[in-house]
Amino acid sequence: MTEFALILLSTILVNNFVLVKFLGLCPFMGVSRKLETAMGMALATTFVLTLSSVSSYLVNEYILAPLNLEYMRTIMFILVIAVVVQFTEMVVHKTSPLLYNVLGIFLPLITTNCAVLGVALLNVQEQHGFLQSLFYGFGAAVGFSLVLILFSALRERINVADVPEAFQGTSIALITAGIMSLAFMGFAGLIKV
Amino acid sequence: MLTVIITLAVIASIFGLILAYSAVRFKVEGDPVVDKIDALLPQTQCGQCTYPGCRPYAEALAKGEADINQCPPGGEATIIALADLLGVEAKPLNAENGVAKKTRTIVRIDEQVCIGCTLCIQACPVDAILGTAKQMHTVIESECTGCDLCIPPCPVDCIHVFEVEPTVREWVAELPEAEHVAPHAL
Repeated sequence: MTEFALILLSTILVNNFVLVKFLGLCPFMGVSRKLETAMGMALATTFVLTLSSVSSYLVNEYILAPLNLEYMRTIMFILVIAVVVQFTEMVVHKTSPLLYNVLGIFLPLITTNCAVLGVALLNVQEQHGFLQSLFYGFGAAVGFSLVLILFSALRERINVADVPEAFQGTSIALITAGIMSLAFMGFAGLIKV
Repeated sequence: MLTVIITLAVIASIFGLILAYSAVRFKVEGDPVVDKIDALLPQTQCGQCTYPGCRPYAEALAKGEADINQCPPGGEATIIALADLLGVEAKPLNAENGVAKKTRTIVRIDEQVCIGCTLCIQACPVDAILGTAKQMHTVIESECTGCDLCIPPCPVDCIHVFEVEPTVREWVAELPEAEHVAPHAL
């Protein structure tokens, strides 16, 4: 149990995928203009990231490894992620049309979120088992959601702040992201693995 | 090399089958055209189009069973918008369905005369009438859509139609005559 708690703590705070590993920066900058859309994106990404982490582990372990096709990982994982995203879109559309309308275009765009592929590849690299992959994917997703929601709330405040003209818009957003990343580096000494 | 191609093809077709199955399993009932038509209708749910509400009328329109000129509350503006969306010729309102109103109206109940029969409550499509048996009824004016469906059932004729002044949100300025427009505004 301690091991899973450590994996969660590690992926959410210490090795945060966005601010420490710098994966998934595209949605981090693109969908953080409004708190509402950021929350929808966080929810959808959490679902997809957890599911794709587990299913790519299964594909790697039971299809690629026995056939000695490990070098085909990248294209296989992309395929798995695309299928999971498509499946998620169908299920959400059927079960909750409201959420489907809120998420809109962001749902299919999760396919191109490099954090999703990054988690799948890191699972293989660090030789995680089934449950470890599950928690690793879920932790990465929670970490992503946490910083995405924090950052969008910050940006809503910055929008009404008196920013010098040269720094307005994307530049102040990038500077804020940098400062947030610095702050998250402070978690580095939290646990020793 | 051959193993790779075969494996990839097999896995891709398995995923394809899974998606095809879930596309059938999670098929969403609903026609985007119906939603578009429904958005253009005034949502008074008055039933003057002979359908039990705006949504059923939109569905009938999408199937081609109804004509676009059956909505008196929407008037000419709705007919033109529907003609535009469905790609047909606009035509005048069908007189059998009713006449378009110039201004927005609501109904009020003459509370001295009301006997509390609840017949108007059952007729109201938007639940804008408040009251119970043998108690005085009243109309929630902000909910009333002016469909006048409660008037025929009333046994003591205590429901009357009133015109409402347009509110700040509804009011539209009349365009000035061309000669009165200041030159710098042109």
